[in-house]
This record gives sequence, C-alpha cells and structure tokens, in this order.
Amino acid sequence: MDTVRSHIMVCGGTGCVSSDSEKLITLFKEKLSSVGYEKEINVIRTGCFGFCGQGPIVKIHPDNVFYVQVKLDDVDEIIEEHIVKGRIVKRLLYEEPFYKRKVQSTSKMDFYKKQYRIALRNCGIINPEEIEEYIAYDGYEALGKALLEMSPVEITNILKDAGLRGRGGGGFPTGLKWEFTSKSPGDEKYIICNADEGDPGAFMDRSILEGDPHSVLEAMAIGGYATGANSGIVYIRAEYPLAIKRLNIAIEQARELGFLGKDIFASGFDFDISVKLGAGAFVCGEETALIHSVEGKRGEPTKKPPFPSESGYQGKPTTVNNVETFANVCPIILKGSEWFSSIGTETSKGTKVFALAGSVNNVGLVEVPMGTTLREIIYDIGGGIIGGKEFKAVQTGGPSGGVITTADLDTPIDYESLKNIGSMMGSGGMIIMDETSCMVNIAKFYLDFSQDESCGKCTPCRIGVKRMYEILERITKGEGELEDLEKLELLANMIKQSSLCGLGQTAPNPVLSTMKYFKEEYIEHVENHYCRAGECKDLLKYSIDPDKCIGCTACAKVCPVNCISGKAKEIHEIDKNECISCGACFDACKFDAVIKP
Amino acid sequence: MSVKSLEELKKLREKSKKKVSLRKDGKGDYIELMVGMATCGIAAGARTTLNALMDEIQKKDIDNIKLVQVGCLGYCHSEPIVQVNEPGKEPIIYGNVDDKRAREIINKHIINHELIDDAIIIETYKKP
Repeated sequence: MDTVRSHIMVCGGTGCVSSDSEKLITLFKEKLSSVGYEKEINVIRTGCFGFCGQGPIVKIHPDNVFYVQVKLDDVDEIIEEHIVKGRIVKRLLYEEPFYKRKVQSTSKMDFYKKQYRIALRNCGIINPEEIEEYIAYDGYEALGKALLEMSPVEITNILKDAGLRGRGGGGFPTGLKWEFTSKSPGDEKYIICNADEGDPGAFMDRSILEGDPHSVLEAMAIGGYATGANSGIVYIRAEYPLAIKRLNIAIEQARELGFLGKDIFASGFDFDISVKLGAGAFVCGEETALIHSVEGKRGEPTKKPPFPSESGYQGKPTTVNNVETFANVCPIILKGSEWFSSIGTETSKGTKVFALAGSVNNVGLVEVPMGTTLREIIYDIGGGIIGGKEFKAVQTGGPSGGVITTADLDTPIDYESLKNIGSMMGSGGMIIMDETSCMVNIAKFYLDFSQDESCGKCTPCRIGVKRMYEILERITKGEGELEDLEKLELLANMIKQSSLCGLGQTAPNPVLSTMKYFKEEYIEHVENHYCRAGECKDLLKYSIDPDKCIGCTACAKVCPVNCISGKAKEIHEIDKNECISCGACFDACKFDAVIKP
Repeated sequence: MSVKSLEELKKLREKSKKKVSLRKDGKGDYIELMVGMATCGIAAGARTTLNALMDEIQKKDIDNIKLVQVGCLGYCHSEPIVQVNEPGKEPIIYGNVDDKRAREIINKHIINHELIDDAIIIETYKKP
C-alpha cells in the first residue's frame, strides 16, 4: 500500500538548516518508521517558507498546520499527538506578537495575509530537488509555450507590456533589455543570471535558488530563445553552498528530461546552462564587473557603453538579469501581461521580495505587491518593533540606499517613490532600526562595507569613500568638528558624480540620507560628544547619581585620570570631558551610585 | 526520457500532481474523511479502519479525498468512528466502522452517493 495521506514539510532553507532542520528530517523519518507510518506519511524537504525568524518551520498537509521553532525534542510529540492521534500540538503554533493568540494555518497569519507570491510561488511548497514537483505546479509549461507557440519578438513584447523591471535594484525594463540583445548582431550570444547577492542582510536570491531553482532555469531558457542565446551562465557566490548544490541538481534533472540540451521540445532550439562560482565581491554584482569575473579576469567594472547587450561576455552580446527578475518571467508567459500589469503601481508592476531584518518581530522573506506601504510591511507583516520599542528608521537598498523615517512610512513603495525620498529599491534588503540605533554609526557601518568592497579601480571610490569613512570614525569617537559635516557632504557629491560604477556612485547615499534626516544627531556627536542612541561607545561617559552618592571618595581614589571631584561626605561629580570610560569608579562604588552608560 | 511536446509535459504533470495533491491550503472541493483516533478509537481498531480507507481510496484512484486523523469524536459507544464531510452537504457520522464497512463507505457513499443507513450514528450534526 503506498497511498500517502499526509506530508510533513520541513524547511530546508539555509536559515532553518542552520538550526538543525536536516536532523529534524532524519528524526521524523526514524520516528515514523518506529510507529509503522513510514509509508503513508512522507517527510519532504522544502525551500524557504520565508518565516526565518521562527525557524525551523514544519508544516503538515493536508491538515494545514504550521509549526514554528520546532526543536529535535518536539519530534516525538508531533508524531505521537498530531500524526497518531490527530491532536494539534498547540504549544508549537505561532503566536501573533500583538494579540498574543495562537494561529494554526498560514492563511490566517498576518505575516502571510498581505503577501502576494509570484517569485516565491513555489518556495515552501515543493521539494526543490524533485523536478516532478516543479512540473506539478505548471513547471516548464511556459518554456514549451514560448518555444512552440511564440516568436522571440512576442516574448519581449509580452514582458514589455507586463512592465517587468529588473529586480536587482536598477529597475531597467527587462523586455527592453532582452530586445536590445536580440537586435544586436552576432551569431553567438549569452544570457547570464546574476546571483551575486551582496547586500548585507539580503537573502532573496539565495532563497529563490534554494527553494525553486527550476523557475530560474526555465526563465533563462526562455530568455535564451528570446535573445538568441544558446548558453546560459549562473554567476553565484561560493558562499551559497546549498543554493549551488540545488542548482546543480536542478540542471542535471532538467537535462535528463530534455528541458536543457539539444532540440528542446523538438523545436530545434538548443540551450544549456553552466554555473560559475564567484569569490563573493560586492562589486561583481555590477554587470560589467560580473562579466569580467565570469571570463576569469579581475572583477572590475568598465565604463558603459558599450553595454553588455552589444559587447558582453567574450565580447558577444550578453543579457544579465537578476535571479528574482527571472523568477517572475514564467508566470507572465503563462498568465499574460495584463494579469501582471494589474498588480502594482503606475510605473512599477508586479511584486517585490524583501528580506526583512533588524528590530522587527517577524524577521524573514516577504513578497508584496508594489505600492504596499512601509507601514504595512513593518507593522502588519513584520508584526511591529521588537520589545515595543519606538521605530526610528528603515534602511532600504543596502549600502547603496538610504534611510526612510517615520514621516515617509505611508509612502507606497515603488522604484520612483523610494528614489524621491532619498533611498532606493535596491535588491530588497530592508533593515528596521529602533531608537537604540545611532544613525551616524549606521552610516559608518555601510561606508566601512563600501570602502572594503571598493575594487580600487577609480580614485573617487577608492580614496574618497575611505576618507569619508575616516571622518565618520572621528565623529563617532567624539573627535569630529563642525567643518567635517561640510567636508562629508562635499566629498559625497564628488564621489557620486565622478565614480566609474554603481558601487562608488551610490556609496555616499547612506551618509547623505542620514545627514538629511538626522542632522541633529551628527551635531550632537560633534558639539556635545553625545550619542543619544548609546551606540557610540567612545562617547559614553559614566556619571554619578546624586541621590545615592554618600561622599565616601572611593571612586575618586581609583580614578586613573583624576576626573572625579568632590569633598568627603559631599556628592561627587565626574568630569565627562576627561572621563576615559574605564569603569574603575563603577566597580569601586559600594552604593550603586555610579551610573554605567 | 525526454519531454518533446506540450502533450507529453501535460501527462507528466498529471502524474506528478497526484504526488502533491495533498498540499492545498483551505478546503476547496475536497471530501474530508475524519477518523477518530484518540486512545479509545485506536483501542477499538481505528488503525484497521484507516488502513482500509486508504487502501480502498488508492484502489479506486480517488484523488479529491483528504483522509484526516482526528481526536475523540465523542461517540465512545460506537468506535471506530468515521465522519464524512462533503462540500456543501451536512456531515455524516458512521459508527462501528470496521474494515468491511470502511470499504463500503468509499464504494457506496463516496462513489455512488448512497448513504449506508444502518451505520449512521447521527445524520444531521451542526458543526460549531
């Protein structure tokens, strides 16, 4: 008897795997065979469910029960109670942070209710290592339809009509990009998938490749047909081992069934895909640098034009698209451009995947229609700020973007609106910050990243960003001057205008936007040597609580820089300008009168 | 094996769909068969009932049925219990469902839409 009556879906995304979901799968299988249920209940490893903050995730079908934070010790209870007796293990259900109530199914969870999944349509639903499961959800139908029933021009037109724009950050219309390559003369052309995801805190592309690799492969083949390319290359960073493994399995399976290789769908079209590993440099997300890296050269950008669509990989016409862009292609081919363009805003169609991170309750991967407001993402889907703290800002676009403050929380998100408020869409990293985050420090963090990742080819980026970083370091140490703020702005604008590639042109953005919205924090750091968020350690000074001090002089005796004044039996005081924050007074005080910053 | 036409792809899809048909959120058009499998149900032989239902569903190749184990249904005098929920119809509860009766439920109730009168515990039962 091999009728299966239940599927136990265990998340196999990197987040959940790092909290032992692989062991969960083994344990579930062992336990099922010990109760004699191994044949009727399947354990399935899926891609990312998106709810990474609550991992490991286990979902049970057909009961549609969603368990969160499942530990190895919970396996016995799930099998004995849920599987054998049909009783839901309530303590493992997700609890909504605001209402404090347990929710059983995803369709009732705020985290999923407002999402609309196109790129992530199969993530958490199929086993990414089984091509049959992808096919069951209409997989490779779009490729068949494209090859057998559509001309290349029809494909580029449908994408143009749909209004699909590059999801890597730039937002260039995908149909137009494909059209340029298809019109470029040349017998040999290439299509490259940019999976060099480098924003700190972003993992959209990784999750798509881990959870639904075929959706990208199929779209690349369609892109190959539309642009006239017979070879595809996935450029992915070596630090994504799980995604690489699943990608290779998927390519192998697609070849076996003839979706890659010679004469696909007996249409006469040949297409194959290879995988190229990158060493993980941020600049290689820039398409010209990426192409050089694929060619085996240094990952450095070159100026455009010539655009890759004219002269790219090996000097041949090349299309470079981001993972998420590809993941949107097949649904558009199957459902049509009208369906896609009905979602979103005037200028930005469809959905966008964001990696929600930072001080937000529901950390994870969310896909929302363009035009959703930041408030909806942070408060409805994200469940609000951790610990009920106050929201301060959200950083979008990673090191190339900027901060968005409370004032703009109700802005509907699309490519243009984010640019207008001084940030950018970027690839989809979204880091939420609360009142305990120092904006000067955040700007410093991103600049540290950019100066580290600068390839060094052009002077403005190589030296300019470094100088900006040094100024910020001075300010966070309390050694800054008001003049420095002017210098920062001057440098920022120079670097923006004179850098060779996107990395340098956008690197000053975090500084410019934090200076625009939080100028007073910069001034406080410089003039008062004060960090209101309490993040800049060098500015934190000890103080004495006058109500508790009895004037024992113990603190003054141990202070190595003699900055504590006060006579015996009188209240003591610390001179904050002299204090070196060593903490000796704190340890010496027996009356808890020294306040630690 | 190579897929060379949309027709072949469709065949492969239909075959693969059966493997994943359980994974639908929401009720849809599924017939739900609930087997009471609390301690009392298991003691009364609900495991045999469940196996028989599964076997028969597979033999008759019915794919719009969700077979669900549930806790105690409260009719301890007539275990094992099977409740049939068809979309748009009142739920029917059968009692004393052994191997033979389980197969009868599939063949008569599900396939031929005939109720098995003498096995019904309660005909109209409003869900809370």
